[in-house]
Formats: sequence, C-alpha cells, structure tokens
Amino acid sequence: MVVFLIGPVISVFFLSFTDWQLGEQSFALVGFENYISIFQDDVFLRSIINTALYIFMTVPTTLILGLIFANLIFQAGPMRSIYQTIYFMPFMATAVAMLIVWQFVLNPTVGVWKVVTDVFGVEAINLFRNERTALPTLAFISIWQNIGFAVVLFIAGLSGIPKDLYEAGELDGVDSAFSRFWRITWPMVSHVTFFVLIMLTVHSFQVFESVAVLTQGGPNDATEVLTYTMYKEGFDFFRTNIASAITVVFLLVIGTIMIIKTTWLEKKVHYS
Amino acid sequence: MKNISYAKIGGHILLIIGACFMLVPFIVMLSTALKSQANIFAGGFSVIPTEWAAVENFQEVYQKIPIIRFMINGGIVTTSIFLIQVVIAVPCAYALAKYKFAGKRFLFNCVLWCLLIPPQAVAIPIFLELYSVGMLNSYAALIVPWSISVLGIFIMRQFFLAIPDDIIDAGRMDGMGELSILMRVMVPMALPALTAFGILSFIAHWNDYFWPLICLQDVKYYTPPLGISYFNTSDAGVSYGPLMAAACIITIPLLAVFLTARDKFIQGVSIQAGVK
Repeated sequence: MVVFLIGPVISVFFLSFTDWQLGEQSFALVGFENYISIFQDDVFLRSIINTALYIFMTVPTTLILGLIFANLIFQAGPMRSIYQTIYFMPFMATAVAMLIVWQFVLNPTVGVWKVVTDVFGVEAINLFRNERTALPTLAFISIWQNIGFAVVLFIAGLSGIPKDLYEAGELDGVDSAFSRFWRITWPMVSHVTFFVLIMLTVHSFQVFESVAVLTQGGPNDATEVLTYTMYKEGFDFFRTNIASAITVVFLLVIGTIMIIKTTWLEKKVHYS
Repeated sequence: MKNISYAKIGGHILLIIGACFMLVPFIVMLSTALKSQANIFAGGFSVIPTEWAAVENFQEVYQKIPIIRFMINGGIVTTSIFLIQVVIAVPCAYALAKYKFAGKRFLFNCVLWCLLIPPQAVAIPIFLELYSVGMLNSYAALIVPWSISVLGIFIMRQFFLAIPDDIIDAGRMDGMGELSILMRVMVPMALPALTAFGILSFIAHWNDYFWPLICLQDVKYYTPPLGISYFNTSDAGVSYGPLMAAACIITIPLLAVFLTARDKFIQGVSIQAGVK
C-alpha cells in the first residue's frame, strides 16, 4: 500500500514543487512555479473548462435517464431481467472496442449516422472533427455507457422501498403514477440519487479513454480534458513536474468531491 | 384499470426504444464484422449482410495483428493480478477483521482513504518506480502495480467481520493453525465475496487502457484494448469489416461470461459502488 498508493501520492505532491523532468540527474525546488505556469497555460485552462462542460453534459442526463428507466424496468414484470441485461451491456463491454464501434457508427460516409442524416435530409458532418460537436459527441457516448450503471444502482434503491408505503399512500389519495413517484419514490431514493450523482461526477471527471482513442484532444483542443492533458505532459512530453502539478489539481478536486460526499453521509447517519 | 394498462404499455414502448438504442453499437459491430468491404461502402445500412465476408474478416484480423497473443496477454495479466491480489488481500482482511492489535484502526482508515485514490493520480510515480528498476514494458509492469487491491481488502474484511468468532474458536480448539483456519474455514465461507471481487478485478483490468498505454511500448505485451486501438490506428481505419471483427473477438468473451453470470456481475458492481 505504501509502495503503490500512499508513497506515490506523496511523491506526486513533492514532484509538483520541483523542476525535475524524466531523465534528468538533478532537480531543484521551485515552489509554486509549476502551478503558476499551468494556470497560465491555455491548453490546461481549456482542459479544465472542457472537463467541467463534459461533466455538465453527461451527469444530469445519465442520472435522469437512469432514474426513469430504472422505474420503468422495476415495474416491467417478467421482462425485467432482460431489460436490465440489455441496459447494462454497454457498461460491461470493453470500452475501447465499443468506442471504435461508435467511431464507425458515427462515420459520416459509411456509418449509421449517414443513414440517419439522409433520412432528415441534412449533411452528415464528421462529429469528431468538428470543434462544436466533438465534446458533446463524447458526452453522448458516455451517457450511452453509463445509463446501465445508474439503472442498476437505482433498481437496488427501488427494491429497498417497503411495499406498504405505496399501500398507505393509496389510502391517503396518492393514486396516480406521477404523484406516486413524486411523493413516495423520489424522496425514498434520494440518498441513492445523491450517491449516483457523486459516482457519475467522479467517473466523468476521469474521462480519458474516449479522448485518447477518438479525438486525441482535438480538434483544436476542443476535447482536451484534464486526464488527457496530464497524460500528454507526463508521458508524451515527459514534463514530469508539470504533469505532477496537474495531477495534484486533479486529486484536490476529487478529494473535495469525496469530502462533500462523506460529510453528507455522516449527516444523514446522524439524523436517521 | 384501463388507465394503468395504457401506462404499462407506454412504459414498455419507452423501454424497448431505450433498449434498441443501447443495442445499436452491438448490432452494428456484429453485422459489420460479417460484411464485405463492398457491402459496407455501398451506403445504407442493413442488419443482415447482403454480401457475406465473415471468414475473410476474421482471417484478416488474425493475419494483421497477433490478436490471439493479445487475448492470451489479457488472460495472463488479469489472472495473475487477481491471484496476487487474493493472496495479499485475504490475510490482510482477516487480520483487520479478526485480530486485535495496536494501530489496527489506523491501518483500516488508511485502507478507506486509499480507496479514494484514482489510478491516474499515482501513474507518474509508479511509472518512475518501474522505470528506475527497469521493469517497464513487461508483464510485470502490467501486473505488479495492481498487486494490492484496497477494494479487495475492504470487501473481504466486511465479509469476514460477519463470520462469528465462535467458528474460529472452534477451529482453534480442534488444533487448527491460523493458516489452516484461514484457508479451510474462512475462505470457503467467503466464496461469494471472492467471486464478486474476482469479477470486479477482471472487468477493471481486462478493460483497462490507461495503464497499459503508459507502461508498454512493445506490441507483444499488448492487452486487448491496446491491441484493438493499435489495429485501429495502424490500419488507417478503412477496413471496417476486420476492425469490427476484432472488436467482436475482444468484447464477446466478456459479454458471454456476463450473460451467464449476470446477477453476480450486477451484485459485484453494486458492492463496488457501495464502497466508494
């Protein structure tokens, strides 16, 4: 644990305050210089904005669709397990392989995308090579991948709601499907919702594969995200110090999200 | 009553639309893998190929990239990772769950904190550690960094905690050593937890792209995700038939296992989510 987890985290912090780059013999402490330089770097700033946009595009949609489908699947009777399997498949399948399949599906000359645009009579643009569409397209694929994950967690939450609550609700006049959802289901799964929200946010924050496989940060830095910038600095340009500083920023954000989660959970435990 | 059944039908329609959307890439992958190049470029999309080329496509994959090698690599790496993780995690978890010693609480807190560390965060130092001992670009580089699974320790500890102490005491009375209690009493009882842990470990490392990408240069050590992405870039991405065939080869084994042990997979993923 010390060798592979705690030690490395400490050394990342340390490296981020030095000027050391891979292959050099010596290093000097440079204080916050690396941090100052990344926060003056357009690519880094762009990657922070893109990561935030990406989270904003993926998380709410995945959460809402996951909740809707989970409710529908939960009431689907005998078909339940078939639906559950189908919705979960994208999450299971090897991401890189599926990304390459999506690349083909969305290919503007031979993909399904071409067929769809022909139906609507519009021109099929190359979604991955267009600055405006590249990031939303990656977000779209991510939603496809993660709905099943949200569904599984929500179904677990829904199974935890005692049946007599609905029966009691019916006596009290909560009878339409909609009010059943708002008055009983939604409050009862709120802790799951919060939890899924955190999981999806952390997950989206770590987006790497789709960028590395499909767009390499392009076009024109439109899909440059935090982990990919870190990868490029650290393992392409071998600027270890800069990459370490980016990692620290990355860790601090994840840490903050986790602290929010833990405090919230503790509060909940306290009140229940 | 009629109202309810309409709602039900509406629900099913929504679910079916959603399911179709979920399945699109899988259908495209399978059907394209069976089509000839001319069929693919003819425009329009049909699920059933009009011109079959299944054998040719799979043959081309086999000739162009060492796909079997990639699959074997994936197998070697995931199996070794899991075996090492079990050997380390089970005794640690047992000690954390059943022994009383100074600093136990502290150690367990360390485990909890380590659960929160994302793999990207430690990539640079681990890369440097391996670099300094000259272990990059090898199976060891793929396996060793993952040998300690805090998630595994955590899952096993929680499970061991639930096993009553009386059983261990009974074992001790019968003259069993600590090791044989662990191996012959605890581990068999913890089989469900081990299965869940195994599934999680397998999914994570079979699908991992980030770490192999960093630590490997040599194609012969490539794992399946790296292999297909190599095929994708090296072949300039025009021979879609073979490319999709390669995607099938990589995803289908995992999907097949998933379809046969669906509930265990879902349970495993829920456990992991519950922990983090």
